[in-house]
This record gives sequence, C-alpha cells and structure tokens, in this order.
Amino acid sequence: MIDQVRQGFHRLRSFFRRAQQDRELDAEMFAHLELAIEENLERGLSPAEARRQALVRFGGPQQVKETLREARGLPLLETLFQDFRFALRMLRRSPGFALVAIFCLTLGIGTNAAVFSWMEGLLFRPYPAVAHQERLVALTGTAAQDDLSWPDFLDLQRNCKLFEAFFVSKIMGTTLSIGERAQVVTGSVVSSNYFPALGVHPILGRAFEPTEDVGRSAHPVTVISYQLWKERFGGDPQIIGKTQRMNGVLHTIIGVAPEGFYGTFVGWAMKFWVPASMEDTFEAGGYKLEDRGERWIEGYGRLKPGVTLEQAQQEVSAVAKRLDADYPATNRGRGVKLWALWQTPFNNAGTLLPTLGIMLVVVVFVLLIACANVGNLLLVRSFARKHEITVRVAVGAGRRRLLQQLLIEGLVLSALAATGGLLIAHWSSHLLVLLLPVRNGNAMHLPGEMDWRVMALSAAVCLASTLLFALLPAIEASNVDLAITLRSEMAGVVHGRSKSWVRSGLVLVQVSLCFILLAGAGLLLQSLERVRSDSPGFSTQGTLVTAVNLSASGYDVQRAKSFQDDLIDRVQGLPGVESAALARVTPLGYGTFSSAPIAVDGYQPPTDERLSVDYNQVGPGYFATIGIPLVSGREFTRADNETAAPVAIVNETMAARYWAGKNPIGDRLQVKDKWLEIVGVAKTSRYYSMREMPKPFFYVPLRQKFSVGAALNIRTKLRPETMAAALSRELKAMDANLALYEVISLQEQLDRSTSAQKVAVTLTGVLAGLALVLASIGLYGVMSYTVSQSTRELGLRMALGARTPELFRLVISRGLALTAGGILLGAAAALGLTRLLGYLLYKVSPRDPLAFGSAFLILLIVSLIACLLPAWRATRVDPIVALRYE
Amino acid sequence: MSESKLDLLQGTLDLMVLQTLAAMGRLHGYGIARRIEQVSGDAVLLNQGTIYASLVRLQQRGWISAEWGTSTNNRKAKFYSITKRGRKQLSEDAAYWQRLSDVMGRVLALPEGSDNK
Repeated sequence: MIDQVRQGFHRLRSFFRRAQQDRELDAEMFAHLELAIEENLERGLSPAEARRQALVRFGGPQQVKETLREARGLPLLETLFQDFRFALRMLRRSPGFALVAIFCLTLGIGTNAAVFSWMEGLLFRPYPAVAHQERLVALTGTAAQDDLSWPDFLDLQRNCKLFEAFFVSKIMGTTLSIGERAQVVTGSVVSSNYFPALGVHPILGRAFEPTEDVGRSAHPVTVISYQLWKERFGGDPQIIGKTQRMNGVLHTIIGVAPEGFYGTFVGWAMKFWVPASMEDTFEAGGYKLEDRGERWIEGYGRLKPGVTLEQAQQEVSAVAKRLDADYPATNRGRGVKLWALWQTPFNNAGTLLPTLGIMLVVVVFVLLIACANVGNLLLVRSFARKHEITVRVAVGAGRRRLLQQLLIEGLVLSALAATGGLLIAHWSSHLLVLLLPVRNGNAMHLPGEMDWRVMALSAAVCLASTLLFALLPAIEASNVDLAITLRSEMAGVVHGRSKSWVRSGLVLVQVSLCFILLAGAGLLLQSLERVRSDSPGFSTQGTLVTAVNLSASGYDVQRAKSFQDDLIDRVQGLPGVESAALARVTPLGYGTFSSAPIAVDGYQPPTDERLSVDYNQVGPGYFATIGIPLVSGREFTRADNETAAPVAIVNETMAARYWAGKNPIGDRLQVKDKWLEIVGVAKTSRYYSMREMPKPFFYVPLRQKFSVGAALNIRTKLRPETMAAALSRELKAMDANLALYEVISLQEQLDRSTSAQKVAVTLTGVLAGLALVLASIGLYGVMSYTVSQSTRELGLRMALGARTPELFRLVISRGLALTAGGILLGAAAALGLTRLLGYLLYKVSPRDPLAFGSAFLILLIVSLIACLLPAWRATRVDPIVALRYE
Repeated sequence: MSESKLDLLQGTLDLMVLQTLAAMGRLHGYGIARRIEQVSGDAVLLNQGTIYASLVRLQQRGWISAEWGTSTNNRKAKFYSITKRGRKQLSEDAAYWQRLSDVMGRVLALPEGSDNK
C-alpha cells in the first residue's frame, strides 16, 4: 500500500518533470550504447558492426522511451493534457466559432452565476459576518405576518429549550451631524443579546449588556458600524467612550462592529445599534417594552445544533398557546410562526424572494438556449471535421479516446466561458441596487455573495452544460462509419439528412424557451404598468410628501406641537400651495401604521377574529390634501385637539364590516380603553401595498394621539424640487438645526413601493432580450448552414428553372416553419408556466392575449430577419459553380 | 520466436534486477543487462532497453536508488544500488518464486495418464 502511494507520488512528480526526465533518459541510453559499443569493439568487431549490434541488443530506442513513459508518468493525465492542448489549438484555428460559442456560454453561465450570487447574498447567507446562518430563523405572528411584542419575545426567550437564543431588531433612522455634515443614517434598536447571539464580536470596545435592555431610555449607549467609524470618525482608535448626539440624546459609543457586519435587515446597511431600552427615543408611539399589544420588533432565533424547523415550530407554538390563554386581551388567536432565513417575510429578502425565484427559472432557460446554440455549432463543426475525425479513426484512435477529446474541447469552451461568467457575476453583484430607489440619500445594500458555494454551483453548471451541448455532437462524431464517410455526402433544404433533425430540434427548443421568456416578460411589464397606473385611493398627482425629523433634533412634545402648527401655517402661506397636512405615516411607504384592539357596540366578533385594526394619526385637512374623498361626515379640524372630545374617521370597509351597512356617524368606537365618536367615513384606499385586499382602517386626529415624528403632505402643482427649495428656506428661518427629508410626489412613493416588480420586469426583460439574441443566432446558424450545404441542390433547382423568389421563399419558409413549431411548443408550455408568476402579476391574466401575441410577433419578426441573409445567399448561388461543387 | 530463448514473464525482470543488484552491488543499466544475459547463459530474450522500464518502476517503489557516477572506463553513467526496503522485497519475492517453482515442478512431474481411469 505504502509502496503504491509512493509510486503514485513519483508518477505525479514525473508528470510535471517530464522534460528533465526525458533528458536524463537520453543521457542514460547514450551511455548504455557507448558502453555496449566499447565492449563490442574489445571483442574485435569493426566500429560499424559494433554499433549495429549494440543497437540491435538494445531494441528500438523510441519504443523503449514510450514504454518508459508509460511506466513513469500518468498516461491518463498525459492524454488529457494532450487533448487539452489539442483543443486549444483547434479553437485557435477557428476563432470565429470559438468566440461565438464562448460568448453564448458566458451569457448562459454568467447570468446563472449572478443569480446564484444574489440568492446566496440575499437569501441564504445574507449576513456574511455571522457564523452558522443555517441555524438562524425569523419569527412573525401567524395572523398577518406582523412583528413581535417585547413581552412575547421575553416569554419565548424564557420558555423555549430548543433555541440557543432569540434576538430582536427594529430598523429606524436618525440624523447624524458630525462636524459640518448632517446625514440621515439607518440603525437598529436591538435586544442586548443581539451581538453574542449572532456570534459577532466588536473589534473595539464591547457589545451590550443584559441590564441595558431595562428602563425607559435609561442606557444611551451605541455600537457603531465599521463603515461609520471609518468614514465619519476617521477610524479614531480612541473612539470608545466618546459621545454622539442622536435624536437629541447624547449616546456613549461603547463598541465598533467588525468590518462586513451590516446588521440583519436585508437591504439596508445599519450604521449603528442601540439597546432596546432606547426604543422610546427612536420610535414614535411611546414606550413599548411593557405593552404586549404593541407588535413592533422583528424577531429572530438561533436553533440549537440538530434541531429541525418543525421541532422548533412545535415548541414555539406551544408557548404561543400558553400566552394566548394567559393574555386573551392581546394574544387571543395569535400564534408565532418560524421562517427559514431565506423566507424572512419582513425585510427585502421577502420582497425579492419571488423575483429571484423567477430569475432562477429564467436564467436556466437562457443557459439552455445558449447550450443549444453551442451544441449546434459543435454539430456543424463535427461535420466539417469529419475528414479529420475519419483519418484519426482510420489510424487507430479508439472511440473512447475520440469521445474524450471532443468532450474536452467542450469543457475548454465552457471553462473559458465560466471564467467570463464569474466575472460577469462579480460585476453584477451590486446591480440590484441600481434598480431600486435611493431613499433620503441612502442607497440600498443588496450585495451578491461570491463564496465557494456559488463558485462550486457555477462549476457544476459549467460541467452540466458541457454534457448538454458537447455530448450529442461528440457521440455523433465518434460514430463515424469509415466506409460511408470516405465518400462525401450532400444535404438538401427540403430532404434534410438524418442528422438535421437534431439541429432543427435544438432550434425548436430555443424558440419555444424564448417564447416563454418573452411572454413572461410581457406579463410582468403589463402588471407593472397596471400597478403604477392604478389608483391607490388617493391622488398621486399634485401631492408631495416629505418630513422633518423633529425627534432626531430632540424636540419634546410641547415644542413639537407648536412647531407643527407654525410649519403648517407657513407652508400654506407659500405661493402655489393649495393645502398642507401632517400625518404620522405615509401610505405605501416603509413606515408601519399603529394598530390597536377595538370594540364596536353591537358587534359580536367571531371567537377567532383578531379585533385589531390599523390606524393613522392625521392632522386637520389631511383628506383634502391627500385626495381621499369623504363619503359622509367631516374632516378633522384644528378644533379636534387634546381638550376636545376624542373622534375618529373610519373607512368604508370598516363601516361595512362592523356596522353592517348602517351609517356609523355618531356611533362610538372603542380603541383600547378609550371611546371615540365617529365623525366621518372615508373611501377605502391602499395602505401598505397596491396588491392588498380592501382592509378596515381608521383615522384619529394627530393632536389626540400625538406623535413627534410626522410626514408633511402638500397639495400643490409645483415640482418637488421647487417645493424643496421653498421648504428649506422656511425651515432655516424656523430652526437652522432641522434637516428636511427628500420631497417626493405620491406617485414616486407608489412607484417605489413597486420596486420589486420593477426589478423583476427589468431583469426578465433584459434576459428575454438576451435569449432572443441567442435564439436568433441559433436560427441564423442553422439556416445559413443548411443553405451552404444545399448549394448543389439549389444550383440544380436553378438550372431546372427555379427563379430567385422561389428559392428565397423556400429558405424563408423552412426557417419560419421551425419558428412556428417553436412558438407552438412555447405557447403550450407558457400557458402552464406563467401561473408561477403568481404574486408578481397584478390584474393581468397569466394567459393574457396581449403578452402572448406580442411574444409571437417579436419572435416572428426576429426569425424573419435571421433567415433573410441565408435566403439571400441561396438566391446568389451560381448554378454552374454549384453543380461542379465537390 | 526463436525457440532457444525464453520470453520473460511479467514481473520476473524486476526480480532479476533486484537479485543482480543485491549480488553485485552498485551497477549501471548496461552492466545489469549484461549480467542478466551472462547468468542466464544468454537464454533470456531481453531487449536491453526494457531494463530501463524496470529500473524506473523499482525506483518509484523505493526498492533501488540511483545516482550519476563514472564507470571504470571513465564514462558518465547512472548507477543503481538496492535499498534496504529493496532487500526485504527481494527476499519476499524470492521466497514466492521458490515456492511457485517448487509447485510448478511438482505439478509438471506428474506422469501423464496417472490420473484415475
């Protein structure tokens, strides 16, 4: 055994030291012959005879060398190496073929690698600095995938044994002024065990301590990100212990997170973290750590090794059931659901999951189309190389060796392409960000991840595609029949020979895949159009929205109230402004509406109904400003303040559900423990997203449920930029320390809320375009090859009196027949497949005739173009030359 | 094939080379080939060149070692000698061959037609 290992090692070494060993061998053989000749001379032979006999005794030097090489090195590796060099030589000899093949494959493999890297970086391993991400899970409520409350989180923490830890995090922002520059930055409120639970250790200072979760705004400490430390604090090594004002509170910097750690909200890079006790400072809506009904924080868990998601879910559900029994007021009918990390519903992983899933299918299609192209090219080449291959078979090349050599040629192609493909993936790893909106000067953070898994998967794709495109031609080629191939053969346009069905089949597949992609892209494009042009229930034109971050500048409630009144007065005084109103949350934005348990006189809820309804706090004139019509009753006015009787406006859906068609104006609505009088009914609009079902919703006056943070809505015909300039001037006059958020129209807000669809449309569109290019290359290739092979037939037809238009039509009709077949196949497949677009389709049938029709037209036109040149060439055949041909 | 010469069974050449080196000490390739021819009384059919394949094999297994040196008549040549592991292998292989040839001898010594009839 040892000896065999040793021998193997020596063989391997010899393989790499072949040249030197060949030299030594020559020297040794030379010495051998010299010694033999000398001895022969001593025996009295003539010099010539001495030499002859020495050579005879030795045997043929070349044969000896060959047997030696076999004994010495690795014959398999050596033939592989030879084949590899031969393949490179062949590719160099036909650079046109090589370039087209590598181009097609690079697109195929590159798009796959790019999507793999996005999936890896956003879904499967979104937190590169965190160890064992496969054991992380996300938590939401079962009802509406809502968030957790702090007390529920603590109970899970206490009662679950299958988890190493639970931790929570809530994205929020602040305005950071360091030196001259003020900047809106994103950060997170997290539980104190956040860093240890993730296994992330600050590179400077410390993480939070358990005590820092307790007490209302009692622990103003923060851990900052590496990026913030480097960019805004100049990498100051003495940073620990320094202070930074955030939301008006002086925070002590206690730690710096390691490079590459961006927090746990996929899509945004966190710049700082504060412990849960600081919630009140950063979140609107009061202190929530003691309120089980306030579900505001995103939950995660880390499973113990070996625990499955199902086991963990059972344990969590059991705890949720106990909470349901113990706290019926807040937890009735509420469960907790676990999600694998890649399904996390509450951050951009959830938003992009369906898009990325579809992208995966799309890039596999593109790869298949590319493979079909290269397969076709190789087939053509194998016909062209028939002579070479026949000669090789004739001189004794084994079939296996021939197959190996052709496969290696394919592998060289796809390996080159894979290299290019990984480069493409690398360059496009930040591409997604470009398709998504920049908010308040912060670009999203959606990096692809090129780790070894992505590399391995891409290598696997490269191997698989080699088998796909090279195996068939290789088998075809290695099946040469010497007797037949030594005679030359001809092909015809109409009566193609046996092999042409393979090539036509490949084109058929390409066209059909291409049709599916085009139809899918068409459907998505239509959906996006519909979403964006659909009315959300408020007027998107002529309403601008922005915000002034008062809490970031440390305003207390009293100051904020007078500031807000002053602001509205000033804005309404600006030229071109029709009206202005504040609201805590802008619909279709990122902000979450408050939600509260309600009760209605005379309405008996079914036992399992969660009587909790979302609401918004809005200022006087809000409905007129944003353009939500009131069905009956009145708007809030300035008179609806802290001292007045509490009032509410409900939407139509809510009125219909709880008052069963009766006009609710004048009735009471219980919200938590307070009774509100209903003064108006508003039309139902969209709140969170364009695709939501009409849902119950109500409004209360901002003054009666006050929030320091509020969005400013302005009804005006002015452009956002003009308005921003005017607002900035006003703001400067009021308080120079305040920063204005970006001013955008509500249409822009709506467009941003559909950015995931936009990503899907753009990517599918681009990829369908690529597929179209690839498929038309394929069709063009097949048609021009057929024409070139049918020169004699065409010449014959011409000699027999066929005219130019007839020949032209002959070729075109052959090409279109292929296309038509492909379209038919593709349409049949697409009818079944487009349903998978599911969530991304909006008010468009998966079998929409417009999308299918345009896919049909596009393919028809493109394939006509692809056939034109070959057809034209067919008409240029000179019958005399053609008949002499070969 | 010439009737007077023996074709070599696979593996036997290796054993011959090892034995030659064990008996003669340090030798170059030509010397080994000549020695085997002499000992066999020129009864072995040997292309002298094939000896080098055997030498490479034995070297790779670590049973012999090689170095460049000068022959008695001042020629540069590669000299081989048997290693300790080679000697061990030699004694094992020699015992095997001994047994095999004993058995073969006995089998072939069975008189024809001596089986039960």
